[in-house]
Amino acid sequence: MNPPGAIVLRDEAAQPPTGGWRTAGRPEADRSRCIDCLLCWIFCPDSAIVLRGTRFADFDYEHCKGCEICVEMCPTDAIRMVAE
Amino acid sequence: MLTGTSLLTGAEAVAHAMRQIDPDVVPVYPITPQTPMVEAFAKMVADGACRTELVNVESEHSAMSAAVGSALAGARTITATSSQGLALMAEVVYIAAAMRAPVVVALGNRALSGPINIHGDHSDSMLIRDSGVLQLFAESAQEAYDLMIAAPRIAERQDVLLPVFVCQDGFTVTHSAEPVELLPDEVVDPFVGDYRVPYPLFDLDRITTQGPFAMPDSYFEHKRDQELAIEAAILAVADVADELRELTGRKIRLVEAYRLEDAERAIVLLGASAGTVKDVVDELRVAGERVGLLRICCYRPFPNEEIRLALAGMRTVAVLDRALAPGARPPLLTEVAASLYGSRVMLRSYVYGLGGRDLFPQDVRRVYADLTAGGSRRSGYLGLKESS
Amino acid sequence: MARIKTLAARERGVPPLRGGHALCQGCGAPMIVRTILDSIETPTIVINATGCLEVATTRYPTTAWNVPWIHVAFENAAAVASGVETAYRALHKRGRLDETLTFVVFGGDGGTYDIGLQALSGALERGHRFVYVCYDNEAYMNTGIQRSSATPFAATTTTTPAGSQAFGKAQQRKDIAAIAVAHGIPYVGQAAGADWQDLSEKAERAAAAEGPAFLNVLSDCPLGWGHEARLGPRLGRLAIETRFWPLYEVVDGWYRLTYMPRKHVPIEEWLGLQKRFAHLFANDDRSLVAEIQRRVDADWERLLARCALSTADSR
Repeated sequence: MNPPGAIVLRDEAAQPPTGGWRTAGRPEADRSRCIDCLLCWIFCPDSAIVLRGTRFADFDYEHCKGCEICVEMCPTDAIRMVAE
Repeated sequence: MLTGTSLLTGAEAVAHAMRQIDPDVVPVYPITPQTPMVEAFAKMVADGACRTELVNVESEHSAMSAAVGSALAGARTITATSSQGLALMAEVVYIAAAMRAPVVVALGNRALSGPINIHGDHSDSMLIRDSGVLQLFAESAQEAYDLMIAAPRIAERQDVLLPVFVCQDGFTVTHSAEPVELLPDEVVDPFVGDYRVPYPLFDLDRITTQGPFAMPDSYFEHKRDQELAIEAAILAVADVADELRELTGRKIRLVEAYRLEDAERAIVLLGASAGTVKDVVDELRVAGERVGLLRICCYRPFPNEEIRLALAGMRTVAVLDRALAPGARPPLLTEVAASLYGSRVMLRSYVYGLGGRDLFPQDVRRVYADLTAGGSRRSGYLGLKESS
Repeated sequence: MARIKTLAARERGVPPLRGGHALCQGCGAPMIVRTILDSIETPTIVINATGCLEVATTRYPTTAWNVPWIHVAFENAAAVASGVETAYRALHKRGRLDETLTFVVFGGDGGTYDIGLQALSGALERGHRFVYVCYDNEAYMNTGIQRSSATPFAATTTTTPAGSQAFGKAQQRKDIAAIAVAHGIPYVGQAAGADWQDLSEKAERAAAAEGPAFLNVLSDCPLGWGHEARLGPRLGRLAIETRFWPLYEVVDGWYRLTYMPRKHVPIEEWLGLQKRFAHLFANDDRSLVAEIQRRVDADWERLLARCALSTADSR
């Protein structure tokens, strides 16, 4: 029975994949250059930078749309786009 | 505090009901003829008679918007308006019903502009008849009070969860004083009970998204679910009416049948003009005429079965509308006709009382006389000045 | 801990706005939402007006919101928030609620400067305690890039298109922050997604204000402004450096600049990267560009005066 009034329960709601929006490759990180500044994390429109604590861990490729803002903002050029 | 029987206008009666309900939040904007309700209530709040947070918003659209936010946040919320105010908030009235916000609205029925007119008719109620809210019509200040006490119970039933409008004719009821018996304060509080919505916005353990965007693949089902809720509400009205009768001895009901049992000719209408019709019915009955009145109290949801049961055996019925549906038949007429479809009742249609023009006994006598002549007829107007 | 680390830690792996929404590649709005919500320590409740953010994040039966969220209509976010906030005070007063909550209202420039202005004004005047955030992408983007009163002078939109007889929007952008200040509220801030640190500090101060707070936040729109998605934050930085979008706040009616650009950056550098201004460079006539520069300079001087600074301070 759905909640009345088109109410969506967060815990039961789907979170659709948007990784299919990428057309120009996916971002990949050179961990040796990463300084955990978290600029990629804060600027990512799709919350697709996954952290471990307060350190960079991975990209969420299910939701990354390939906008390349992380590539652009990384101060050490640690991220580049790689063909898929 | 004021209990027992007092001389109160419909507006004051509503204010007292609100005081006794003691809603958490009342967002409100003034408009004639609703203003005395709000003014009386504001004074009660200012004197500490209840603990309501009164919010003087900057328009009726914001009043209903704030009411939806408040109701879904988990607070019992009441507002009031009339006419243009209802028209301005109409967008949000539809949304309130769809979001299942159990807001109670006291409506002082007033004519819609234009031209601008501050007096009573039912055009404002008709504007929102398809909005999905409940509409209950009072004949008197007493009934307005009783309906306001019942309204939160109806609105908040977990199988209803819809806005409930308590309607009273502007000026005729809002501004006329009559003896009104109030329930004792200590009876109203347990009757109304605690406010609860199933998914309060503030619940951090069950995080919700309320008012989402629906594509064609889900909108239709949401509206179907909404229809099921308002149809179920007819039982809620009847149930709460029964409970309230045990406390007051007075019946609030879906329809009021006045001397209909053996009637051949009947008038059907909403609201305060029923009083005039009842007087004429009594007068004609003395002369042996078999006439009666069916006053519809619960206009939404529309009580098709009750109307059918009451009228199916009539010879001729006149539906009196206090509103127009320009370009089509008047609203109440079409809905009564739909509920009587397939029966052999002959229907006549009249429009009366627009912009606060009173309905007089001679108008009512004319209707019953017309009904004697039989036959269905196109709309006529009662009380229109032919020379204008 | 550095501010950015504090924000990240506060999320504890659960971002207030998660991926899976349908906002465009590179949209400037989501990072504004996250930065603001992460800057507020208490649990937050979001009230959202109709617009890109609302539509794209809540397509039934999905949701991208990890915080309680409500949307009612386009012009009434501030009114809905007034009801929510009043309910909060009422429930606290009656002992039916214990938690401390912060209310954050998100409206686009359309839903704030134009159709939502009345509700905003009423809510600010009544003194409800919430943080109203206008994510300002300078047009009605969700409906296809139509002009709002936030659209800059000479920008092309679908309803103020540049053509042989017209140069784009004829009016100057409305000073919505000044309108908010005129209501006598404790905190007003003009910020930009591009400067996340300034935005975060302002969000904190806004949430701490004992009364209404208003933030106007520049939010780039790759589609509507006509720029590459990846350049969004850089473009926002240029808006700040060219003084097109100064960063300032107004605390109890007193203006304070929060960032002083040290170099003079000509407005062409901001305009030239966006297709919505491309018509200004279509031929050799730079009179409109000069006019824009003149207006930016005049607004800047007025702002400095309000901040009790002079142009000498900006050299």
